Amino acid sequence: MARIVGIDLGTTNSLIAYMNGKTPTVIAGDNGRTMVPSIVAETPNGLLVGDAAKDQLVKNAEHTVYSVKRFMGKGLADVTDELEYFPYKLSEENGVIRLHVGGKALTPPEISAMILKELKARAERFFGEEVRKAVITVPAYFNDSQRQATKDAGRIAGLDVMRIVNEPTAASLAYGLQKRKQGIIAVYDLGGGTFDISILKLKGGIFEVLATNGNTHLGGDDFDRRLVDVMVEEYKAASGKEPGPNMMQDLRMQAEQAKCQLSSETKAEVHLPPHKYRRVFTRDEFERMVADLVEKTLAPTKRVLADAGLSAADVDEVVLVGGSTRIPVVRQKVQVLFGKQPHCELNPDEVVALGAAVQAGILSGGIQDMLLLDVTPLTLGIETMGGVMSSLIARNTTIPTSAKEMFTTFMDGQTSVDIHILQGERELAQDNRSLARFQLKIPPLPAAVPRVEVTFMIDANGILSVTARDVRTGEAQSIEVKPSYGLSDQEVERMIHESFKFAQQDIKDRQRIEALNEAESIVRATEKALVRAAERPGLVSADELGRIRQAVTSLKQAMAGADHRPIREGIDVLNKASLGLAERLMDHTLQEALKDKKLSQI
Amino acid sequence: METVKKEIPMARSMCWHCQSDVGGEYFCGQCVKVQPLSKDIDYFTCLGLPRKLNIDTGRLETKFYEMSRAFHPDFYEGKSEIERAVSLTNSAVLNQAYRTLKDPAARVEYLLRLEAGSAKDIPGKAPTDLFETLLEIQEQLEQLRAMKHSKSGEARSIASQLHAEKGALESKRGALERRLTELFHVWDRLVDRSSQDQIAKAEKGPVLTEMRDIVSQRNYLNTMLTNIEEALA
Repeated sequence: MARIVGIDLGTTNSLIAYMNGKTPTVIAGDNGRTMVPSIVAETPNGLLVGDAAKDQLVKNAEHTVYSVKRFMGKGLADVTDELEYFPYKLSEENGVIRLHVGGKALTPPEISAMILKELKARAERFFGEEVRKAVITVPAYFNDSQRQATKDAGRIAGLDVMRIVNEPTAASLAYGLQKRKQGIIAVYDLGGGTFDISILKLKGGIFEVLATNGNTHLGGDDFDRRLVDVMVEEYKAASGKEPGPNMMQDLRMQAEQAKCQLSSETKAEVHLPPHKYRRVFTRDEFERMVADLVEKTLAPTKRVLADAGLSAADVDEVVLVGGSTRIPVVRQKVQVLFGKQPHCELNPDEVVALGAAVQAGILSGGIQDMLLLDVTPLTLGIETMGGVMSSLIARNTTIPTSAKEMFTTFMDGQTSVDIHILQGERELAQDNRSLARFQLKIPPLPAAVPRVEVTFMIDANGILSVTARDVRTGEAQSIEVKPSYGLSDQEVERMIHESFKFAQQDIKDRQRIEALNEAESIVRATEKALVRAAERPGLVSADELGRIRQAVTSLKQAMAGADHRPIREGIDVLNKASLGLAERLMDHTLQEALKDKKLSQI
Repeated sequence: METVKKEIPMARSMCWHCQSDVGGEYFCGQCVKVQPLSKDIDYFTCLGLPRKLNIDTGRLETKFYEMSRAFHPDFYEGKSEIERAVSLTNSAVLNQAYRTLKDPAARVEYLLRLEAGSAKDIPGKAPTDLFETLLEIQEQLEQLRAMKHSKSGEARSIASQLHAEKGALESKRGALERRLTELFHVWDRLVDRSSQDQIAKAEKGPVLTEMRDIVSQRNYLNTMLTNIEEALA
């Protein structure tokens, strides 16, 4: 069977892994880093993804998309309270959010597909061959629409999505493989945008999920926002100015860094020289600011234990997953709740991708002794008379699973029955998530005579499919399902087509775009340096000036061409030519700063 | 959410692929293709158990894991579309069977449905000996709801009465469950005897009726206790 890779498509970072013999291994990029920031930037030169796009966050905020996972499978109404954190315009069409970036209206699956393509290209460079099949992870508490949107993203990226796996379960696979453990484990997964808690029973190679719970809108992003909110208030009060979109992104990124720093140190500083803003946070202060967010993970944790029919003492081991579990106060809370030291031997950033690779190994037949039995996180039902939800498949039912329901007519000659499918735990239909509506076609007969049996099947991906059969004739009935929050098949087909059309161009373009952006910033920096040098006579010799100018001119020429290699060469030449000047300028600035100051003031 | 249009083969005594006799096995002895479970298979038969109410859950789990290894879609990725469809439906039946039989409450309700041949859930029925208490509780619940989340003395006194009555309901439920456990053993002994004993067969009827009555009273009490807990929360 062809190679299957494992992908962790994260809110903040994404990773790709494969089975290296019996060991799951994450594939690093050219820069040696395993994580690809889940960021896409539209620049005048073209599209950037990952690390290159991250640089655009501060320079080009309105055209740089981050945390797109928060929008997957959602409508605009679902995200209104966080719109202020996103600098680009959002709209909704046919139940799907569109992000307006650089004159285009892109759906979250299309943007996720760009990240997936970046990962796919990384793996293809690594293997030296095409990669077509993948296992992609999602938060366990993702509903049907969010799972489907992830699958669509894979298809648009040219991937055959062999399986959608829940992140905490994937982590347990990586963990269980390494430890050969038996017993009850709890996986506490606090990532960039989502929280999951799963309880599993490990026995003889079977990984049986007993229950899962979570919050698809709680993660590291929310911790960052607490810091950002404080800084924005203080900045507004001190300067009387509203921070612009670029400053907001700078604040957000520095907040993220400060948060990470506070996991190992007791103090962290945010400093934005262009805005003359500086702020020091202590760990105590940070912990007070996020206490309620950490507290929010406890209710799902208690519910998951109740659903599994267990108490905290029954749990043999607790495994921490996701970058946010590095925060000391999160660890403390988990430890208190379960009364035992949580495990974090595996890198919490990589363990999900590693588990996805293990699942890929199971699907390709390379691993035969392990089997994951997962559950559906939310109750599935249909709307009945009076707007009440009637449950068909209870939450935490092992998947695949199915339920059958018989439908008939109330009026003579009635030719259709409307069915509204829902997911959620609330009593009223309107309080639950609408998945889809469809119309069941029925041959005209006296009331109550037709009998159509509808089968609701949730497959091993946690994705629902619906089939109908006329019981009298035994014939399959065709049904057309209209998803409430999802792309239609035609839309996905169109996107796949477009994506394919540009695929050849994409790789070459990407290298050129990255080189162009780098060249632009170095040309800009050099020109600035030359202006400053002109103000300080004697700093630069005519000969040196000539070489720098020459290097700038040839780089600009190379930038007009289609090949990225001459641009790279031009960047190198210019870097070398201007290095001496840059060093002297630096010294000069330092001396000026120190002038007229006593040693004690430094 | 996806729409699918695929036909899966119906269970037959012949292999859907090579037409050799499969004799109820999961895999064809000739071509080793996975066979669909019978559409009418009951959960006890599916998991290889007699229709008894006391089940060794450890053995049940072992059997479930063993069959999961045989049917789970993970092991059919490279196979034909028909085999993948059979694996999916078989796994779904197996998972429902295990979920139902694992839980004693679901297990007895399922058995009652099987034996009575009805597909309906068993409706809750108020235990007659608690009739007055239950009426009182209904009234207090309504009063409490009307007061919303008031902390008044009256609300507190109703709450404390509900607490006491909750205890009465719980002990009634406990008694019902103890009787049900006894009936589980009675039923299992009748199952053992009934193959050769006509009297045992005749005795099954009243046992089923009593179990059904207890289950419906217990369901009623469960709902009532949940309501009380919600009101007191």
